[in-house]
Amino acid sequence: MIEIKNLHAKIEGKEILKGLSLNVNKGEIHAIMGPNGSGKSTFASILAGKEEYDVTNGSIVFCGEDLLELSTEERAWAGLFLAFQYPIEIPGVSNINFLKTAINEKREKNGHEPITAKDYMNLVREKSKLVELNAKLTSRSVNEGFSGGEKKRNEIFQMAMLNPKLSILDETDSGLDIDALRIVANGVNKLKNENNATIVITHYQRLLDYIVPDFVHVLMDGRIVKSGDKDLALKLEKNGYDWIKKENDI
Amino acid sequence: MTEQKNNFNLNSLLKETAININKEDKKNAISVIKNTPLPNSKIENWKYTRVSKLGNINFENNKANIDNISRYIIDDTKYSFIFINGHFSNIHSSKKIPVGVEIKVLSKKNNEFVNSSLKIKGEIFNAINTFYLNDGLLIDIKPGTKLEKPIQIIHILKGDNIISNFKVIINAGESSNSSFIQGFFCDSGNNNFCNSTSEIQVAKNAKLNIDKIQSESEQSFHINTEQVKQEQESIFKINTFTLNGRIVRNNLNIHVNGQNCETHLNGAYVLKNNQHVDNHSIVDHKVENCISHELYKGVMDDNSTAVFNGKVFVRKNAQKINAFQSNKNILLSDNASINSKPELEIYADDVKCSHGSTIGELDQNSIFYLKTRGLSDKSARNILISAFFQDVINNIENQNIKGYISQLLNDRFEWNF
Repeated sequence: MIEIKNLHAKIEGKEILKGLSLNVNKGEIHAIMGPNGSGKSTFASILAGKEEYDVTNGSIVFCGEDLLELSTEERAWAGLFLAFQYPIEIPGVSNINFLKTAINEKREKNGHEPITAKDYMNLVREKSKLVELNAKLTSRSVNEGFSGGEKKRNEIFQMAMLNPKLSILDETDSGLDIDALRIVANGVNKLKNENNATIVITHYQRLLDYIVPDFVHVLMDGRIVKSGDKDLALKLEKNGYDWIKKENDI
Repeated sequence: MTEQKNNFNLNSLLKETAININKEDKKNAISVIKNTPLPNSKIENWKYTRVSKLGNINFENNKANIDNISRYIIDDTKYSFIFINGHFSNIHSSKKIPVGVEIKVLSKKNNEFVNSSLKIKGEIFNAINTFYLNDGLLIDIKPGTKLEKPIQIIHILKGDNIISNFKVIINAGESSNSSFIQGFFCDSGNNNFCNSTSEIQVAKNAKLNIDKIQSESEQSFHINTEQVKQEQESIFKINTFTLNGRIVRNNLNIHVNGQNCETHLNGAYVLKNNQHVDNHSIVDHKVENCISHELYKGVMDDNSTAVFNGKVFVRKNAQKINAFQSNKNILLSDNASINSKPELEIYADDVKCSHGSTIGELDQNSIFYLKTRGLSDKSARNILISAFFQDVINNIENQNIKGYISQLLNDRFEWNF
């Protein structure tokens, strides 16, 4: 589904990614772990097309297309979704109204008629149940006055509404208590199927008890330095990252 | 670049008013016109609004006809009064007048005097308006009258070098409740100028609402002076939407003369290219126990410039005043600018007053967030601008006006609200 080769990226002249390579096939869940400042969130932002980052080398092919040639919105239309670590509050913009515009712009690109009001409301009802998001929150301004847990649930609600091929969850577990974590993970698991894929970026193994990954990668110093199965996450939880640093001479 | 001192150009094409105005006022007016240069940037009150170029235009104040005016009609109310170049248009105006209301076209007032209390001395545009007054309306709302439908007054400019001097006088009687819509448009022409004045009295316990749309052209000038006097327990509310015009200057002067009054001033200005819009307001709290609330929001693109100057006076004995004033701006281009000056002058000691002003651009993080969900750059900006204007738009109660404004914004900026 996505093939990332030797990705190098800079921000304000500072190199953050230094040759990151990763393959994700459909039906898979990949976890990316790593210490602070290793480039995890930069990686997520670059996939979503944030302009401040300058990709200096490497390639990303997403569903057969050169991802780096696409604008942020074209990536979304192609089926890429980023759940933000810090979801933005946008006062005055109603959640369900902007999502409707988003869905219809995608439908228009694909030559489909706009969604009917009735179908849309049914979709909202169905998907908000998935993350136990109160109907009142879905129609309020985007994330305005939401608690940390509500913001993260809203991210997964939007993911459910947009039905992406590849979802990148950037530290979705940060700021969540156990109950909220379970609800969010449940939502992600229910959306999982054999045709889509998920990249979970996290600091802690805890989330991976709920969203069980097929692969775990360690991102360090701008590269993936170690890959393994879910047991690697447990080992990292127990021993930290020092042994990997030593192994890789970082 | 030094600005030359320019006087208003008195030429033979300009006909003095045929309306029966107090002779002394007329005499004063012509003397002011002859002896006062048009304001230049050395005059504090006009520092950022350059109007001396008006002196280079040979204005005339002729009549014109427009066959179809339907696109200038904002609301489907039965009571619409249409003026073209400041002259009353009999064919386009409603024949109906609401019960409990007296409406007189100034030019048809026979020999009755038109009394004005606008200051003329030193006020060149009031003087021009007085001496060359084309026409206007005198509206008396009888005490206790509650209007179901708004009264709509539409002014349209047509032709080159046209000046329209136009006046509306409204006396809202005790305990009356009425609503007005004012639209200012330009059908065609270069260098035309609408110089309008309004004199409004809001009597005890009366409620008066004005929704005003200014959408002339990038070739037209507009200066509007509104004088409002509020008596006790009255509520005055005005929403001013400025969507087009080359130079637009609004002077809104509110005298709150009675206790327990409410005053609401809301406005939005949306500019592009080389447009300039200047909103000057004064709310003068002379007595106790009143509330005033002012919110103006602007979005400026390209090389456009705007001015906000809002002054609130709280006089010495005017205790328990609650005055709030806010001006918020978004600049869409590096070349656009705003001069914002909210001012409070408080001489009483037991008051609650606040004011503030913000200038910013659209939030890049919000745009990115919306785009990651599949909104195009244009839709993302559109949705954020619409969110920015939401509170001023929501101050309009009449859905037809909201719809009309959306349509204008869509036509001019391709924004969907």
